[in-house]
Amino acid sequence: MSLIQLFVSFFKIGVFTIGGGYAMIPLMEEELVERRRCLSRVEFLDLMALSQAMPGVFAVNMATSVGYRLKGVTGSVCAILGNILMPVCIILLLAMFFRHFRDNDIVSRIFMGIRPAVVALIAAPVFRLAKDAGLSWRTCWIPLLAALLIWALGVSPVWVIVATILIGVVWGKISERNNKDKQPEQTE
Amino acid sequence: MFLTLFLTFLKIGAFTFGGGYAMIALIQNEVVVNHAWLTAQEFTDILAISQMTPGPIGINTATYTGYTAVLNAGYSVPCAVVGAVLASLAVILVPVTLMLLVSRLLARYKDMPVVRMVLRLLRLVIVGVIASAALVLLTPDNFGSPDTNTRQFIISLALFVAVFVCSVWPKRQKDEAPQKGLLRRPGPITLLLLSGLLGLVLY
Repeated sequence: MSLIQLFVSFFKIGVFTIGGGYAMIPLMEEELVERRRCLSRVEFLDLMALSQAMPGVFAVNMATSVGYRLKGVTGSVCAILGNILMPVCIILLLAMFFRHFRDNDIVSRIFMGIRPAVVALIAAPVFRLAKDAGLSWRTCWIPLLAALLIWALGVSPVWVIVATILIGVVWGKISERNNKDKQPEQTE
Repeated sequence: MFLTLFLTFLKIGAFTFGGGYAMIALIQNEVVVNHAWLTAQEFTDILAISQMTPGPIGINTATYTGYTAVLNAGYSVPCAVVGAVLASLAVILVPVTLMLLVSRLLARYKDMPVVRMVLRLLRLVIVGVIASAALVLLTPDNFGSPDTNTRQFIISLALFVAVFVCSVWPKRQKDEAPQKGLLRRPGPITLLLLSGLLGLVLY
């Protein structure tokens, strides 16, 4: 994938991200994983976790990490610029010329149609991504618990991710030690 | 003014954990309460427009707030545009730098057993995080409520189901080439445009 392609892809994603960063997930999945096939679903999930855990706007973090993964620092810059160029211009135009844009009847009708669609689009990748995340009957409580913590108890996703990282590190260390203890026995 | 604006948004960017919506509270606190660059009413309007226009909400709000703040301080429109760009860049500067550092670390250490364990867990958790994002958005704001605006509720529900089915149902096989023409699985962009059109026709 060339730098120009990267810019164009993120430009497209930026233009159609309506309703915040999460609305970008289905668009990115379609563009980068399905169409261009430059990222696997697993990589996509990894970068998403990273972008969530760090401070800042999720969409821009995503552009940074995907750009970096594909084309290094230059790739990041291209992806970010592509992603925010159009939104910033649109906002500026609105601010300068159409201050009453949101009271417009046509606009509000279009948005009444778009909003439920955005929610459905965000829900759909859950099922596609679940398989690649290694979901099985034994592990399905993990995403369920995460979703419940955030949705029902109002825990910030950041804390959920930070806790996961900590648990992962501890768990990883323990299993590493167990493997070391076991290995000499196996070789004997 | 411009330096303060830049530093304020730099701070907001660095301390936003948890995406655009978390950022909004920070921006409001800095811009409306601390600096009094805009009124609460102005900020609410900005917020509504940021949610309706394309792009990440955090960036949109920063752009619009930067513009209005400079304009309110009595500067000209070109100055306000500079303020808007300044605010937008400031807000992403710190997070982007951090992301680059972490991306580099991840690329180097991703084969360590501990890192692999963390990633395996995180992938599962992220699926839940996305699910919760969709759940959080199931509100009367987005769907209409069954009692007060039944018509909107029914149309919204139908649209939700239709879009969901369209984007989940026709599973593309791994080795299958992307289909062409009308039979192609509709992408998210097509679905968004269609539902916008339907909204226009139906309401």
